[in-house]
Order: sequence, then C-alpha cells, then structure tokens
Amino acid sequence: MSAVVKLSNVYKSFGTNKVLDGVSFEVGRGEVAAVIGQSGSGKSTALRCINALETIDGGTIDVCGHAVHDEKLDRRSLRRDVGIVFQSYNLFPHLTAEQNIMLAPSCVKKVSKAEARDLAKDVLARVGLAEKAGHYPEQLSGGQQQRVAIARSLAMQPKLMLFDEVTSALDPQLTGEVLKVMEDLARGGMTMILVTHEMAFARKVASQVVYMHKGKVWETGPGAMLDSPRTPELASFVGSGL
Amino acid sequence: MTYQFDFSSLWAYWPEFLQGAWLTLQLSAVSTVLGFVLGTLCAIGRADGPPWVKFLVASYVEVIRNTPLLVQVFIVYFGIATLGIKVSANAAAVIALVVNVGAYTCEIVRAGLESVHKSQLEAADCLGLSKPQIYWHVIIRPAIERVYPALTSQYVLLMLASSITSQISAEELTAVANRIQSDTFRSFETYIVVGIIYLALSFVVRIGLWLFGLAVFVRKRKLGTAL
Repeated sequence: MSAVVKLSNVYKSFGTNKVLDGVSFEVGRGEVAAVIGQSGSGKSTALRCINALETIDGGTIDVCGHAVHDEKLDRRSLRRDVGIVFQSYNLFPHLTAEQNIMLAPSCVKKVSKAEARDLAKDVLARVGLAEKAGHYPEQLSGGQQQRVAIARSLAMQPKLMLFDEVTSALDPQLTGEVLKVMEDLARGGMTMILVTHEMAFARKVASQVVYMHKGKVWETGPGAMLDSPRTPELASFVGSGL
Repeated sequence: MTYQFDFSSLWAYWPEFLQGAWLTLQLSAVSTVLGFVLGTLCAIGRADGPPWVKFLVASYVEVIRNTPLLVQVFIVYFGIATLGIKVSANAAAVIALVVNVGAYTCEIVRAGLESVHKSQLEAADCLGLSKPQIYWHVIIRPAIERVYPALTSQYVLLMLASSITSQISAEELTAVANRIQSDTFRSFETYIVVGIIYLALSFVVRIGLWLFGLAVFVRKRKLGTAL
C-alpha cells in the first residue's frame, strides 16, 4: 500500500509554543485515519500543515507526490489533489448550494457551466441534498451546510479529503447525518484524515487512529486500540471522552 | 414683509433647466461608475498591496477627505490648464468628481472588504482558486453587497455635490440656474425650482441604484435579508 500522506518528524511552533514536536505518521491509499486528542494537542495544526495552510519549521510532509515542506511547493496543484472541510463550513453566503459547488470546477478546472451544474447535482445527490441545490446557506441547517461543504470539496475530485472537526458545531442529530455521509465516502474508497472528537465514529470507521498528546503522536493503531489503551494518557482521554 | 412670487417668467426657460438637469445626471453617472472603479481598486490596494501602494492610497484618501471639493475642482481645472492640456469644463468636472468620490468609495469598500471573514478566503484558497478569482468571487461581491446602502448615499451626495462644478462653468443644473436668475432677477424662485429639480434627481438616482442592486444582488432580492 503506497502512502498518500507521509509526515516525518514534523516540527511547528507558534512563537514559543511548540505545537508539533516531531510528528510522524502515514496514511495509505483508501485508508481512513482519525486523529484524536485533547484541545491543544496539535491535531488540527497537523491537519492544516498537510494542506500547507501552515508552514512547518522542520521535518517533511509528502502528500500525493507533493513535497509540502518544500519552499517551491505549487500550492494550487496541491489543492487540486486535496479537499478540506472545516468546522465552520465556510460556505460562500452570497451563493446558492449549487453555485458554491460550481465555483471551483469552473474557475480552476475551467469546465463549462452545464458540466459544472451536472457535477454539482451529482455531488449534492451523494450527500443527500439534491433538492437543496437552489438554497442559500442561510436557508440550510448546520448539518446541511456541512454536507454542502463536503460536496463542494468532492466536486474537485480530490485524492485525499481532510476533515477538521467537522461535526463540533452540530447537535447530535445533525452530527449523525454528516457522519453518515463521511462513512459512505470511506466505504467508497476515499482516503481520509479526520480530526475528530467522535470516538465511536473513529472506532467504527477509521482504519487507523492517531492519538496526539502534547504535540507528539502518543499512540497509534487500529480503531480497537481505543478499547485497550497502552498509555495512561490515552486511557484517561478515552475514559473522559466516552 | 410681502413678497410677490412670480414663477411665470421662469416658464420660458424650462428647456434650459431640463438640459442642465440632464447634464447633471450625465456628470454624476460617469463620475459614479469611474469613481466606483477607482475607489474599489484603491480599497484593494490599501488592503492587500505592497507598503508603498498602501501609503499612496492612504495619503490620497486623507488629502481628499480633508479638503473642500470646491478647492479640488479648482486645482484640477487650473492644474490641467497649466499642464497645457486642453480639456472642456465638463471633462475637468468629471475628473475632479471622480477623484473626490473615489476616495470616499475607497473607505466604504474597504469596510466591506474587511467584513469578509478570513475563513472564507481560506476555503476558497483550499479549493484552488487563484488570488484574482478569490477577490472577484469571494471577497468583492459580498463586500459590495454589504456596503451598497452606504455607497448609494455617497453617490446621491455626489450628484448633489456636482453643483459645485458650476464654478468652473460646467453647464450643469446650478450653472444654468445662476444664469437664469441673473437674466430674470427672480433669484428666489429660480433656486426654489432648482431645489425641486434636485430633489427629483435624487429620487431618480436612488431608484436607479436600487433597481441596479436588485438586478445584481440575487440573494438579497430572493431572501430580502442582509448578508
């Protein structure tokens, strides 16, 4: 299994605050990696580094053949391979669901308007929102907005999808509908890295769980590792989380 | 005090009033469009340009906002003449009005640009959009929608302020009025008539900009909510 994402000894500080302290892990094609840990453990920063939203201070990150740590990185070509979904959805408020999705394919891939619209219909159907194409973000619930955001990323046909605490702003019911979409994606073979607080979801869907603590990868293993933690830190984290 | 109003002597001048009003509208329309473009470019430069551009734009805005329009009009008019370039009074008026309203537009649009959250840019960046594409699709459009009411007021003010260009003999409404009142000696009546015409013009400008807003801001038209 070839690695789609490989972090080796990644360091990152914000001022004097060491956020990533020698982080290494890799994710293979079709794998679903769940990054878990307390707030401030560096998990979101690690995710943002993978997409070059933060520049790292040391180490290497390879993503779909792009050397992300390299100063000469072509960020736009990296972004064609990597989709990211944020906690706050970040839909464009002045555009309908469909227009939100059509924007990148028409601007970046220069597909025709009709083609972009078909694409939008297709991905909206995949997230179960075919009938909401003409709705504006403010007319949608949080869960629906997040599903549109996922669809918007999918429309660019990424090789890797990153999810940054995408359900943290949602109530349990809306969380469920978003997680279901993500589970379908995982079943479809999408390579995914998700930073999440949904332990049950991580255990069920993730092929690899990465537990981060104090800027380090503290423990890593299959979902089942959450049931038999080897370190006291993970034990107490899982204990408090469930 | 008994004053006998006499509007009858003004009646003969209605084609000139009309012509003046038409020129006022034309000056205002051209200045609005060009001033909007200039102001928006300045706002982008001030928000995202290199330091020297930021400094240049900031200086321009401060100078214009802290000097009288009348003085600006004279400086443009006589300045251009001194440079040996021949332009009509109307063209000089437009230049002065554009320079003036561009500065105010810059400040208004800048507020709009700043209202667009950083996370929006991040999302667009992650979708692979280029910087100009992000500006056009994700920043400028919602920014303008948000500040459109303020811009509308500014452009109505511009139309009213264009009366000042009568001082360099641009033949707009106020200049026409000045001439008519000196012909008829009916100053009070003349300016009452002109005041009413300006009121009507303001109404026209507001309606025009409102209709334009409806056409451009589809979301606003459909939902009626503020962005």
